[in-house]
Amino acid sequence: MELYTAWKAMIAAGDPVTAWQRFYVLFYQAFIEKDRWQQYLNGVGTTLYVTAMALLIGVFLGIIVAVVRTAHDQQRPGRRNIVLGFFNAVFRIYVTVIRGTPMMVQMLIMGFVIFSSSKDFALVGALTLGINSGAYTSEIIRGGLMAVDQGQMEAGRSLGLKYADTMFFIIVPQAIKAILPSLGNEFIVLLKDTSMISVIGGKELVYAARAIISRTYEAMFPFFGTAVIYLILVMIFTWLLGIFERRLRASDRR
Amino acid sequence: MIDVSKLCKKFGETTVLNGISTHIDKGECVCIIGPSGSGKSTFLRCLNMLETPTSGDIIFDGVPMTDPKTDINRMRQKMGMVFQHFNLFPNMTILKNMTLAPVRTRLKTKSEAEEQAMSLLNRVGLADKAGAYPNQLSGGQKQRVAIVRALCMEPDVMLFDEPTSALDPEMVGEVLDVMKNLAMAGMTMVVVTHEMGFAREVANRVMFLDEGVIMEEGDPHNIFYEPRSERLRSFLSKVL
Repeated sequence: MELYTAWKAMIAAGDPVTAWQRFYVLFYQAFIEKDRWQQYLNGVGTTLYVTAMALLIGVFLGIIVAVVRTAHDQQRPGRRNIVLGFFNAVFRIYVTVIRGTPMMVQMLIMGFVIFSSSKDFALVGALTLGINSGAYTSEIIRGGLMAVDQGQMEAGRSLGLKYADTMFFIIVPQAIKAILPSLGNEFIVLLKDTSMISVIGGKELVYAARAIISRTYEAMFPFFGTAVIYLILVMIFTWLLGIFERRLRASDRR
Repeated sequence: MIDVSKLCKKFGETTVLNGISTHIDKGECVCIIGPSGSGKSTFLRCLNMLETPTSGDIIFDGVPMTDPKTDINRMRQKMGMVFQHFNLFPNMTILKNMTLAPVRTRLKTKSEAEEQAMSLLNRVGLADKAGAYPNQLSGGQKQRVAIVRALCMEPDVMLFDEPTSALDPEMVGEVLDVMKNLAMAGMTMVVVTHEMGFAREVANRVMFLDEGVIMEEGDPHNIFYEPRSERLRSFLSKVL
């Protein structure tokens, strides 16, 4: 503390200081002064909360959309289901619109038009990210569903299982296992995209960094710090996915 | 038990089945032979509506399978099917493979289904594999499990789609033995096969399919030793 005050005064006065002294002052100012690390920590908390919420929404939407679209395509000729056709059309529009517009624009529309009166910025952000992620996830899952051997569906149906039962007990688990690396990719993109909720006022990590910069007028350390924190989060995430993948591969052991 | 009349199936422009009519009695073991592309598998898959016929009728236990209003899931519960490539569910243990359908269709409670699955596994000598995953089994073991998995639904008919074609030669015997015992126990069976020995020995009736029609059918002795059509004679001379 004393060192920080003394060295900061030297820099302010234009006295010659060593690189180490300058580093120490900037670091202290960015992370320790006025317990600023707590702001980053709160930011990380929001980031994780938003990621988790968006992930749940995205996977849920993704599975529903993928299954409905696959079921629509796999109908027996001459037995078209009208309800299924309706939802298939709705979901196709959903995927087209979400994939065809920038994430940032979606965020601004959700934050300032549709939910302009809401004060829960994190939740609005999570909803936007979840809806966005759902469109991409649905296409990944659809690819996985189509990749599962057709014989699996036939075996399930020949035992008298309903289409939905065969899908959820037999096809979906195998599809998820096959697409886990792509899903991991999507989840990592999602985690990093949470930085965008700062534009609608969500108090996540980037928001915290910018708030600190507006106090200290020093951008390097807060932004580098933010980058490092994201990197660590993604590495933890990747590690957890690896564990999950090994679990799912349990049935592959010989 | 199964009445098939004027069954036709087209895939696009290709006619695979061109008017098949036959009747399969309770307790009968019918073997279907014929060159590849003759429509044997398609015929079998039409019986439980895995393929939707283009025209014609299939009546099973008095219920028209081809009628869109028929509850096809209910009807399939009474028709077990065994596939060339086993099609066990790789994400489940053997026991789960066998109990999933009876439990989900509310045919049995979980403990009833497990008890029955274990006794069936015992019968085919695989009780010690109940907790294993399909990938840990040999081809012959997988196919035996596939057979007893279908039996768990207590079907009235069993359909076999080239059950030994994907197996190593030394594993064919163990699967045929299980099928033989099943036929002996009075199960109604429809078997598409290239195992002429099995057809000769076990079948009550052999059906020779070519170009989507039944060229010749009759008891195995007539088919194999007194073939009438030139087509069947040349087919038999190639496979026997």
